[in-house]
Amino acid sequence: MTLEHLPALQVVLPLISAPLIVLVRRRWFAWALAVLVSWISLAIAVTLFLEVGRTGVITYAIGNWPPPWGIEYRVDALNSFVLVLVSFTAAVVAPYARISIAAELPREQAYLLFAMFCLCLAGLLGITITGDMFNIFVFLEIASLSTYVMIALGQRRKALVAAYQYLIMGTIGATFYVIGIGLLYLMTGTLNIADLAGRLRDVGEIRPLLAAFAFITVGIGLKLALFPLHQWLPNAYAFAPSVVTAFLSATATKVSVYVLIRFYFTIFGTSILFAALPTDEVLLVLSIAGIVTASLVAVFQQDLKRMFAYSSVAQIGYITLGLSLANEAGLTGSIVHLLNHGVTKGAIFLLIGGIALRCGAVTFDRLRGIGRRMPLTAFGLVIGGLSLVGIPGTAGFITKWYLVLAAIERGYWWLVAVIVASSLIALGYVWRFVEAAYLSPPDERSVKQGEAPASMLGFAWVLVIACVYFGLDTSFSVGAAREAAVLLIGGAR
Amino acid sequence: MSLASHYSYWVTIFLMIAGLYIVIARGNLVKKLIGLGIFQTSVYLLYIAPGKLIGGTAPIVAEGFRTYSNPLPHVLILTAIVVGVATLALGLAIVVRIREAYGTIEEDEILAQDRREEEQV
Repeated sequence: MTLEHLPALQVVLPLISAPLIVLVRRRWFAWALAVLVSWISLAIAVTLFLEVGRTGVITYAIGNWPPPWGIEYRVDALNSFVLVLVSFTAAVVAPYARISIAAELPREQAYLLFAMFCLCLAGLLGITITGDMFNIFVFLEIASLSTYVMIALGQRRKALVAAYQYLIMGTIGATFYVIGIGLLYLMTGTLNIADLAGRLRDVGEIRPLLAAFAFITVGIGLKLALFPLHQWLPNAYAFAPSVVTAFLSATATKVSVYVLIRFYFTIFGTSILFAALPTDEVLLVLSIAGIVTASLVAVFQQDLKRMFAYSSVAQIGYITLGLSLANEAGLTGSIVHLLNHGVTKGAIFLLIGGIALRCGAVTFDRLRGIGRRMPLTAFGLVIGGLSLVGIPGTAGFITKWYLVLAAIERGYWWLVAVIVASSLIALGYVWRFVEAAYLSPPDERSVKQGEAPASMLGFAWVLVIACVYFGLDTSFSVGAAREAAVLLIGGAR
Repeated sequence: MSLASHYSYWVTIFLMIAGLYIVIARGNLVKKLIGLGIFQTSVYLLYIAPGKLIGGTAPIVAEGFRTYSNPLPHVLILTAIVVGVATLALGLAIVVRIREAYGTIEEDEILAQDRREEEQV
């Protein structure tokens, strides 16, 4: 009985827990509820994932209004995978957050951050699960607005400016998206994604579709920080509280990438538009430019969080690179990198949260000699860094492997060289951390204290271990990603 | 298909570009939010105008009425207006906090203060 309502509960539970937290106004209650809800969300997401594996697509009509008139929740191989990623990250970050939040935020603000966390989780899960274009916009704004608040809760005053800039950019992005879906609605009279994909096949007038396509690409591109629309990201990540950075880097941009994949392959894939435009080439060029420049900028950062924020822009480039290759291996690489990068960056930013707790700032001069004083933290960061580089045995390698396969399949041998070269740049910035942590004399300002508290370190290491696990056993990650890729390519051709 | 028959689109496009221009060109944080508001409002018009048919009535099936206006765009925009209000409120709240922290709401002065802070470190 409750089982058939799981798609709705996936979104509703985090959504109602946010106002509950605000009403109760107790820090311990806020934390306990956030942990509970994120764990239940994970359980629901895993159940849905297994159910989709057994029966195919699950559809759920909200309020029993049949689609395409009512809002439909539609779970298939692709978004059930993203649901697992988002709720898994939340389930790890929420219990970690208690000590980190207590250390970084004033007492009276802590419960508000947990409320925003639940709201953001509801928004991200909603974007992923819904089968309705306009509903995506509503959830996108729920997730974004709560994100702006969480960034503004960062304790340095620069966090406010970062949140404001992100608010401007994010709102422009979301509004562009609404313009795009408005044009699609005017052409077809439907907002349901599955229905729309069918109707677009018969639309002969290409110009409004072109405009819609452009608006949606730029709008979502802003949200996922596609180069050169990534300007908001480094500051937002650098000045937000550590927990928020970890959660956002693992989920928010990934969910936006999911929306882009959905529009490109499920919706526009069937229309005459996709064949007529050089989308592949444009995306390819932007991806490579993003990978190379953002990696290079990352090498010269003085702040560890900022460095890995730029690295995020580069890693998103790998994801869109796979999309631009538009074959099965490329898409598999992209989708699996949603998980691989999410896990890796989540681990890195959680470990950095531990350093921030012990050292205050996370600039390189404070980090000197940290390998001896916080061995587990530093070692975890090195593993995460190696995964960003793509060393065999880590999750990042799997992605690069599929991207290289896809490039060879398309006959782009030069692209293989670019991927290898960009990995070397990544090695450059990871090496800077290794040098500071292991090969420099310790910084005397923060010698006193040892490792981060066990609860923080433990949950960060869950992600580090996941990062190694997905590099060794790919039956879950690549299996699910390939299934989704086959589904998408099947829809496109 | 004359220019005048599509005037609602021209108004939409004008508002859209004017709003976006204000966001980009103004350095005052409140003015930027005003531009953002105008930009969002243009989209309301984009949705609402095509939903109205001249001579169309509310979509209630009854004797004597044959053309109906589409109510769905209006409902969608009701949601978008709520989102716009929330965004504006949050934006203004952040500007208030910025004013408290920096003592100014001019973007270049804020950036100058940040730069000075970085040089001191």
